[in-house]
Amino acid sequence: MWLWFHRLGSGPTFYPFAGRLAWLLAIPGLLLLLHGLYGALWAAPVDYQQGQGYRMIFVHVPAAWLSLFIYSSMAVAAVVALIWRMKVAEVYIIDAAIPGAGFTAAALITGMLWGKPMWGTYWVWDARLTSELILLFLYLGVLALDQAIEDKRQAARACALLALVGAVNVPIVHYSVEWWNTLHQGPTVSKFDSPSMDMRMLVPLLELTLASTLLFGTIVLVRMRATLLWRERHSRWVGEIVEAGQ
Amino acid sequence: MTEFFAMGGYAVYLWPSYVVFLAVLFGAWGTALWRGRRIRRAILRERRGRNDKR
Repeated sequence: MWLWFHRLGSGPTFYPFAGRLAWLLAIPGLLLLLHGLYGALWAAPVDYQQGQGYRMIFVHVPAAWLSLFIYSSMAVAAVVALIWRMKVAEVYIIDAAIPGAGFTAAALITGMLWGKPMWGTYWVWDARLTSELILLFLYLGVLALDQAIEDKRQAARACALLALVGAVNVPIVHYSVEWWNTLHQGPTVSKFDSPSMDMRMLVPLLELTLASTLLFGTIVLVRMRATLLWRERHSRWVGEIVEAGQ
Repeated sequence: MTEFFAMGGYAVYLWPSYVVFLAVLFGAWGTALWRGRRIRRAILRERRGRNDKR
């Protein structure tokens, strides 16, 4: 297992593995996405308080979940990159940060669009919204740091440090609705023992969350394959792959 | 059908939310694929240029 993990850290092993895994994640991801969208827009009943407006939850929650999940995974990769200097982990931090920033922005925008009809305003400086905005700045900080340092190995170490330090914000975002009085509603999905949602609403929500997580996996693997090719473009294995048109 | 698209008067907020989410998802996927193709093409060009010089 340990040997396999180490071997996976090298480009020639990771590249074909990631190619196969990307498709393995994409197919169930797309099927779940289609089924989840059907459930979210047609099958789920109307909410007795928010009417049809509550259907924004089906895109807002997956985006918010991914914003936290991706940053947490970047922090884990940062530990691996800093301790074992594994190149694949270094590449992951940057290649996950780009879709991570996108999903964080999507969580903020969909939240604003949901907030306007329900709260009467697009934005309030409450703990959940503010900490999520800080998370977006952390993603952008990682990306800016990578662009600012020319030596990519040095840049990766700096980004790993920032990803690790910034991880302190993840529990703050998650628990902000419990620790402080916020306009944002409390947890509805994470209370698995007693979820406060009807099953006909909960199932498409979980489907869309899982689908977007699987598709994020595909996106990051496609990005990592390309980054590894570019970084190791002078090596023989890259030449063979590019010449073969793989 | 019109009733479905109206979404009980929330259409102006609801549909843009779905568009933003799906645009991020498929936009990130599309740009990742496009970037991969561009990098492979650049490496191929670089290698062929080097071989021509030899």
